[in-house]
Amino acid sequence: MKSLEELKAIRNKMQGQVGLRAEDHNHTRVVVGMATCGIASGARPVLNALSTLVQEKGLTGKVAVTQTGCIGLCQYEPIVEVMEPGKQKITYIKMNADKAAEIVERHLIGGHVVEEYTLNSADIK
Amino acid sequence: MYRSHVLVCGGTGCTSSGSQQIMEALRTEIEKAGLQDEVSVVQTGCHGLCALGPIMIVYPDASFYSMVKVEDIPEIVSEHLLKGRVVTRLLYQETVTQSGVKALVDTDFYKKQHRIALRNCGIINPEVIEEYIGTGGYAALGKVLTEMTPDQVIQCLMDSGLRGRGGGGFPTGLKWKLAKQNEADQKYVCCNADEGDPGAFMDRSVLEGDPHAVLEAMAIAGYAIGANQGYIYVRAEYPIAVERLKIAIRQAREMELLGKDIFGTGFDFDIDLRLGAGAFVCGEETALMHSIEGNRGEPKPRPPFPAQKGLFGKPTILNNVETYANIPQIILNGPEWFASMGTEKSKGTKVFALGGKIHNTGLVEIPMGTTLREVIEEIGGGIPNGKKFKAAQTGGPSGGCIPYEHFDIPIDYDNLVAIGSMMGSGGLIVMDEDDCMVDIAKFFLEFTVEESCGKCTPCRVGTKRLLEMLTKITKGQATMEDLDKLEELCYYIKENSACALGQTAPNPVLSTLRYFRDEYEAHVKEKRCPAGVCKALLSYHINADKCRGCTLCARNCPNNAISGSVRNPHIIDQDKCIKCGACMEKCKFGAIYKQ
Amino acid sequence: MENITIKINGIEVSAPKGSTILEAARLAHIEIPTLCYLKEINEIAACRMCVVEVKGARSLVAACVYPINDNMEVWTNTPKVLESRKKTLQLLLSNHDRKCLSCVRSGNCELQQLAKELGVDDEGKYDGERTPSCIDDSAAHMIRDNSKCILCRRCSAVCERVQGIGVIGPNERGFATFIGSPFEMGLGETSCVSCGQCIAVCPTGALQEKSQIDEVLAAIADPSKHVIVQTAPAVRAGLGEEFGYPIGTNVEGKMAAALRRIGFDKVFDTDFSADLTIMEEANEFIDRVQNGGVLPMITSCSPGWIKYCEHYFPDMTENLSSCKSPQQMFGAIAKSYYAEKAGLDPKDIVSVSIMPCTAKKFEVQRPDQAANGVPDVDISLTTRELARMIKRVGLRFSELPDEGFDAPLGLGTGAAVIFGTTGGVMEAALRTAVETLTGQELASLDFTDVRGMEGIKEASYTVAGMDVKVAVASGLGNARTLLNKVKSGEANYHFIEIMGCPGGCINGGGQPQQPGYVRNTVDIRSLRAKVLYDSDKDNPIRKSHENPAIKELYDTYLGKPGSSKAHHLLHTTYVKRKINEL
Repeated sequence: MKSLEELKAIRNKMQGQVGLRAEDHNHTRVVVGMATCGIASGARPVLNALSTLVQEKGLTGKVAVTQTGCIGLCQYEPIVEVMEPGKQKITYIKMNADKAAEIVERHLIGGHVVEEYTLNSADIK
Repeated sequence: MYRSHVLVCGGTGCTSSGSQQIMEALRTEIEKAGLQDEVSVVQTGCHGLCALGPIMIVYPDASFYSMVKVEDIPEIVSEHLLKGRVVTRLLYQETVTQSGVKALVDTDFYKKQHRIALRNCGIINPEVIEEYIGTGGYAALGKVLTEMTPDQVIQCLMDSGLRGRGGGGFPTGLKWKLAKQNEADQKYVCCNADEGDPGAFMDRSVLEGDPHAVLEAMAIAGYAIGANQGYIYVRAEYPIAVERLKIAIRQAREMELLGKDIFGTGFDFDIDLRLGAGAFVCGEETALMHSIEGNRGEPKPRPPFPAQKGLFGKPTILNNVETYANIPQIILNGPEWFASMGTEKSKGTKVFALGGKIHNTGLVEIPMGTTLREVIEEIGGGIPNGKKFKAAQTGGPSGGCIPYEHFDIPIDYDNLVAIGSMMGSGGLIVMDEDDCMVDIAKFFLEFTVEESCGKCTPCRVGTKRLLEMLTKITKGQATMEDLDKLEELCYYIKENSACALGQTAPNPVLSTLRYFRDEYEAHVKEKRCPAGVCKALLSYHINADKCRGCTLCARNCPNNAISGSVRNPHIIDQDKCIKCGACMEKCKFGAIYKQ
Repeated sequence: MENITIKINGIEVSAPKGSTILEAARLAHIEIPTLCYLKEINEIAACRMCVVEVKGARSLVAACVYPINDNMEVWTNTPKVLESRKKTLQLLLSNHDRKCLSCVRSGNCELQQLAKELGVDDEGKYDGERTPSCIDDSAAHMIRDNSKCILCRRCSAVCERVQGIGVIGPNERGFATFIGSPFEMGLGETSCVSCGQCIAVCPTGALQEKSQIDEVLAAIADPSKHVIVQTAPAVRAGLGEEFGYPIGTNVEGKMAAALRRIGFDKVFDTDFSADLTIMEEANEFIDRVQNGGVLPMITSCSPGWIKYCEHYFPDMTENLSSCKSPQQMFGAIAKSYYAEKAGLDPKDIVSVSIMPCTAKKFEVQRPDQAANGVPDVDISLTTRELARMIKRVGLRFSELPDEGFDAPLGLGTGAAVIFGTTGGVMEAALRTAVETLTGQELASLDFTDVRGMEGIKEASYTVAGMDVKVAVASGLGNARTLLNKVKSGEANYHFIEIMGCPGGCINGGGQPQQPGYVRNTVDIRSLRAKVLYDSDKDNPIRKSHENPAIKELYDTYLGKPGSSKAHHLLHTTYVKRKINEL
């Protein structure tokens, strides 16, 4: 290795992956419902997209993407919950990989809740 | 990219409890479930809770499974990895609360810990250099080589207050400074990985869990003192550590983080391994170098000190594994960060190996100044079976026993010395009311006698005579004059031995004499072992009032020492009794007692 | 050199920078007791006898290796120091077979001496288990009794660091440590060369030569045996030390008188056969130079060196002179020429030698050293054994008259007597070779370039128009250095003298043992060598070829040097050996 830049490049590439293993109370937790209902309605691509993007964007120091069992709203699956420390839980419904990417960009990075995908907006309809 | 990482401990403890098989089963099951592109299985170093192995952590949710069996794997994969339902029954019970699952860092075992030397242990795969780099690895070396002068590196260490973690607690920065001052055509950087205290294994854990931290720190040391060759002296009984070091060195060389012109700065540094045969004395610096040179592992007279004439007669620094593991973090976070932890004269953290009569046996890293009470009662989970604490032994065969009266002493180098013990490499063995302090002293003396190199008279003959005197006491054959003779010989050995091994060998005797003299005197004057350990002073008896004559004891006595007829009280023939205690264990009526 | 001032016991002492506390204390007339310490050979601070208090030091320090520094304050005689030394001795004694009454070293045992000086009033204070030990008597020349060993390691240091051999060293560790050979071999199975330097430095009775005093006394008592004795040059320079004479006293006359009174039938001198050796060796050398023989030619007087060459430089045995050593030449002539003259059957002659050497005990047993069908020499005793024999038969040595050797094998020249010191054989050979080659008498007989105690000496001389380059080495470590240079082509010589022991025979493994503090402070070798050079100077005949007894031997019996009879009696062969191979 002949320069610090080379080291930095490896570090950036690895940071997201290794950062997945951090354990912190201040993490934003992104939980994907992965019960039978969730999986059947396509939760796995959503989970994978979220996980990959969070790592690619270098958010693992702040965001943990995990799965959970049945949330109880099977008709709205795939469901993704975003829990930020000290804030109210946001529940996104009927997710797919593209929507998940939007959540990452707008909510997790931008800090704005993507209202149109939330459970609240569904209730209004 | 994986959404989930399953970390399985591949340290020596978990490997011996079957973690390799666990990993195989995991990979098979994950493949069966089609999750191989989503879930990665990572072999890591030690998490510290060795008594609970094999240990497995699932990230990102950090579920901590303990005592995992191969049969449990299908359930973990289908329930947790696929469906996200944590298998609660396999979780480390400390993390399970009424309201759900609590984070590992919030458990009693971890919450008072502060992991610097162990920071990557159990987190990264030690066999993948990229993972080390991903957690900031080799950035300290980069910083040192491109931004700092050797003097600044040394100053940084001096300001941090880091002291040697191998035993003596010599200031690391000062050690480097002395070696830098000596001009020579060749200098060496050595790493003492010849961990030998009974029960201490923090260095092994670092080498197994984070070998690159040691390599990086050695390269930093090479830059600071002007050396381009390093040697790691590691005991051959650490096969996993040796293997990981070999892999780490190979990978670092491939990435040119070791070798010529590192980071294009013109700095050359390489490291070779030297395997020791496990002699305790080879942890002594001059003996270690003697051994690297290919000679019998024996200390050399000092002066000249290694900083002047060390390995192959050249200026040399020798630091221990844990010391090195702290150094990259000090460089990256600054000396003030490190100095903000600990006590006035002992900065940072120290890793302890908890053992003996304690719930959580394993490795813990705590800030200097943590009290013995916190370590034993909170982190260690207290003493099992409701027994009473009697003493804690620190510093291994060179250390001493700390009684309850010092339970609230903040642990640091100087406090431990002041109360007749020492930090040593960080073994901490807890003893309860069932332990005989004379027997404990004898145990450590047996170790020292076995491990003495045999070069100087006080250690070679003196420690042997100490052991003989202790044996005499435990057999009830000693007089009060013998006790004086014992103490006198202890002080002689301390003053006259050639190296630290001999000079500290009497410490276990002296500290137990200091705090538990009454136990010694009970052995000598009353021919009685208060803890009921020393066999020669014990006898088993049957309380005729309680004995129902069930004959169970007689049938279980291996030496036919018990006689009596059915439904009549039995008696023990003291001439035949071998004091194995089998009768007492078997008796259902509590009729057998020892005195 | 810069001096440093320190305080010892409150008194200011100025000593050269780099001195140890031990050396500085000597300047203040304080002798700190030592056991393991041998200057430049064994500086390991193992025994802890020499501990002293140093202001500011955490524990006692070992004076033998601890360097002095500015403003240092040292105490050598505080109660703590004295009590510590006493305890060290008591601990050593607790693991020492204290059979002092029957010990060969009783009276000059350093452990015994220290126990006396330091007031050890209870030698059994720490008695307990003893390290298991056994006796190694597998070697031809010596016995090791580890029950008397105190693990000072002087023996292994001298073997490894001076002689470069290292066939003994510490085995096991801790209380089980013992000095032994590698792989549990007996010493006799190793490539030990029998030099006996280990015995010479041993402070106790753990190492000693295999004593053959009883055999000699039995032969003398047997009326059917004609018992003759020869004494090597170096013996007369050392023997006096056993009887209280200062180091460097020539006791030749009293020695001859003592031997006669012990009952030897004839008291002869190895000097005679040293002259004979020169005649044969000079002849061989000239022959090799003139007829393209193997060069450099290397002397063959020292049996330790011969065995070393066979083990460690087997490819150089052709360089060795084929001449037997003076001891063996003497034996061969005694049992042929002398037997004929005296009308004796060689079988009835018991040929005894007194040697400063232990390797001679090995040499007498070598094959090809029995020219007359019986061993050339039957028994070889060391200087120390002679002293014990003199004491045993009850001779008051110092009161004996000075007597001479018997004719004809008792006559030797000045050239012969200097055989006993390094460079002596070379000088003697040069005296004869130069005069033989040039046909002219030398103006000066002193070849001072090859004298002195340096380990390796070189010189070159122009002899009859030819440049003759010579080298002299003593001590086998030095021999190795020199031979490696020869083998690599870095140096080339015509003639090399090698002696197995440092300084030559005067410092042989069979010479009187001097305690460590004497060895460390007195140049014993030079003092003993001076005896021989003085004797050379005082001898009216200083060239071997002018020895009338030798002339007569050739004229009446052998013919010329190198004749077939001379070859049969006086020359030998060598074997190629391996290192530590069973």
